Amino acid sequence: MSLERIKIAKRVAQELSDGEVINLGVGIPTLIPDYLGDKKVYLQSENGLLGMGPTPDEENINMDLISASKKPITMDTGASLFDSSDSFVMIRGGHVDLAVMGALQVDQYGEIANWAVPGKTILGVGGAMDLVAGAKRIIIASRHLAKDGSPKLVKELTFPSSGVRKADMLITEHAVFKFTEKGTELIEILSDLTVNELKEITGAEFLYSTQLSKSES
Amino acid sequence: MEKLIERSDILNFINNGDTLLVGGFGLSGTPLTLIDELAASDKKDLTIVSNNLGEEGRGLGKLLLSGCLKKAKGSYFTTNRDAVQAWSDGKLEIELIPQGTLAEAVRCGGAGIGGFYTKTAVGTKVAEGKEEKVFDGETYILERAIKGDVSLIKALKADTLGNLVYDHTGRNFNAVMATAGKIVIAEVDEIVEAGELDPLEIVTPHLYVDYIVKNKYVKKRRKIR
Repeated sequence: MSLERIKIAKRVAQELSDGEVINLGVGIPTLIPDYLGDKKVYLQSENGLLGMGPTPDEENINMDLISASKKPITMDTGASLFDSSDSFVMIRGGHVDLAVMGALQVDQYGEIANWAVPGKTILGVGGAMDLVAGAKRIIIASRHLAKDGSPKLVKELTFPSSGVRKADMLITEHAVFKFTEKGTELIEILSDLTVNELKEITGAEFLYSTQLSKSES
Repeated sequence: MEKLIERSDILNFINNGDTLLVGGFGLSGTPLTLIDELAASDKKDLTIVSNNLGEEGRGLGKLLLSGCLKKAKGSYFTTNRDAVQAWSDGKLEIELIPQGTLAEAVRCGGAGIGGFYTKTAVGTKVAEGKEEKVFDGETYILERAIKGDVSLIKALKADTLGNLVYDHTGRNFNAVMATAGKIVIAEVDEIVEAGELDPLEIVTPHLYVDYIVKNKYVKKRRKIR
């Protein structure tokens, strides 16, 4: 597991507030529960559980108690179980406070592409579009660059969109960005990069304050 | 009890070309015994409505390899490479539906509702060709309800009337799919006498369930938490 992924998960964890209902997507978001510290949040799993707990030990595995990533899990105190249609009443109906998800691309206004690569087979969407449409707040947790070295934050999406609803924030190993109607705003640098260096590896322009302070990661 | 049937009997209720609603999320809460029967049969041109097509050679993945399928409707097929291959070889039609839209479409199918407007997928490829409508300043798309000829579902326990309880997240799509098939067949780990299930724990009332088949793969019960 790379240090960058852990760094991103730790920084996202700081954005979570006590008492929030949170849906974590596959990939980096699944690392977040390890870095919550004393925060008490309620994890919603779209296959039918509110109050997801940690991975069970070998003797307590039940393959009918799994996460949306199909891994065995446990139930936290106060957990509840429901069917898939009720789960998406929660998601689509705006009852989930925060969705943390990965992305293939995000545009300068926060529009998300996270389900399909152009020219490849498009055979999986899962709950991504429902979460994009319905979660109260969306944080994208992603590496700054794709595997081919291209920036994930772009001016305009070239990958298929996941919906018209915009993300609120993008957190990478290098920076924290906020999306507003004005576009992208850099609010924090998380690595040794200068603002100019960050511009070079980012595909969209961004606003930033001159007193932008560097944080220790 | 009249609802309990032999697993081979299910083939009498399924015809070539039928649409089957199949519960499960990956392999969890999936009616594996019923799928085995079907995979060993010579049924053809079936359309499967299910979140996934299992995994390679497992669950609905087995049914795919048996050559029974014409089409699959669901939200996530990428984890079964056989499904991706069959689709690119032109041997399997796939209709991709967002997971929440799938669940709601089946719920509507069972609830006597013809369709519904949703915000999910507005502005995406999934919305192409679908009617748009604006409510209170927000754009929605029309999605049609989904119904099936036969629902194949999996529950933990049934009583002799057909009331069902589910195992944790094994409930997933099973509870809605129990409402939307003309014939509903439930595979269960255990059958108890009517009256033995606590009415507070029954999720699927018996009126939805036509037949019950005993699971041949009853797993070892492990202590949870």
